[in-house]
Amino acid sequence: MIDYLLQYPLLAALTALVGLATAFGALLGYAAVRFKTEGNPIADEINNILPQTQCGQCGYPGCRPYAEAIANGEAINKCPPGGEAGIQALADLLDMEPTPLDSEHGDVKTVPSVAFIREAECIGCTKCIQACPVDAILGAAKQMHTVITSECTGCDLCVEPCPVDCIDMIPQQESMQTWHWDLPNPVSRSVDLIATDSVPGDVSQDRAA
Amino acid sequence: MFADYSLLLISAILVNNFVLVQFLGLCPFMGVSNKLEAAMGMSLATTFVLTLASACSNLTYHFLLQPLGLGYLKTIAFILVIAVVVQFTEMVMRKTSPLLHRVLGVYLPLITTNCAVLGVALLNISKDHSFLQALFYGFGAGAGFSLVLVLFAAMRERLTVADVPSPFKGAAVGMITAGLMSLAFMGFAGLV
Repeated sequence: MIDYLLQYPLLAALTALVGLATAFGALLGYAAVRFKTEGNPIADEINNILPQTQCGQCGYPGCRPYAEAIANGEAINKCPPGGEAGIQALADLLDMEPTPLDSEHGDVKTVPSVAFIREAECIGCTKCIQACPVDAILGAAKQMHTVITSECTGCDLCVEPCPVDCIDMIPQQESMQTWHWDLPNPVSRSVDLIATDSVPGDVSQDRAA
Repeated sequence: MFADYSLLLISAILVNNFVLVQFLGLCPFMGVSNKLEAAMGMSLATTFVLTLASACSNLTYHFLLQPLGLGYLKTIAFILVIAVVVQFTEMVMRKTSPLLHRVLGVYLPLITTNCAVLGVALLNISKDHSFLQALFYGFGAGAGFSLVLVLFAAMRERLTVADVPSPFKGAAVGMITAGLMSLAFMGFAGLV
């Protein structure tokens, strides 16, 4: 075989290159099947950090689409329910600089709130039901609606579509389930703990050093 | 035997450094040295690809091209080998380490056209290296590339905050620094 190929250099060159290309093509084809990734693993990790309120305040139809958008380079500061802590966690994961929350997409609420429908005024238009991302509003056409308090994430999305403005966002009452100890007051933050032998306010010593 | 291989490593890392002495792989040297983390990721990926590509191209040459008398096809064959090795690395990395893939995703295709990779494969042939020698030479080339890239990135990070005269700001002072580093590496010439 080799002797035959050696007699015809052109045939040998063709065989070698085609053989090489075929072998490598097969290898890559196998690798594409063997190392196939389901979906986007980085989007999964981002999705785990997002608060899963599905509120859509970021401009995406839910947390998962926003996670995919972040994986493709979208800004990380569009999630008000996640707050500064969420942005910090995302910045750590993606090795980026944390940026302040984009106020265009809403502000961080310090106290979690719950939607409340003034049932006497409700006309049963079902518009808030369609707006609710977590199906926390119960009701039917021309019937009054009500909110399942335990399901409501306090995302404000139902307030805007209501034609009679009968939805209030009520700050959540502190109960046995939601109360927690205040975090210790970080006094040390305001004090400069870096050891120094220069007297505060003594500029001449700093210059001399 | 051991002395031979350590000599080969030192020669590839310091004396015949691929970037600063042989001037191969200059595009990532200038392009990816703005941030230290990116430079570290890039040097890791390049070292890996250099070692693998050096060994694979050596095998291709000695077991396919040479027996058939096709030495003149080595450039084309090596480009094919390198492209496949890089693509394979990218697939494996995407599966095993998504974060590293996110950091290196842009650079991996760049490595395909990195002249240091093709350079190490061709130099292996012209220096008549055996398989093991090629492996060590490729790894040495990668280690030398990493050393220089990380050092240079560290310097450039300091240069961005340094008080540089305005005509020299940015890439210009980077080039001057690279030239000075190259001069410094020429000092290793008498080592081996």
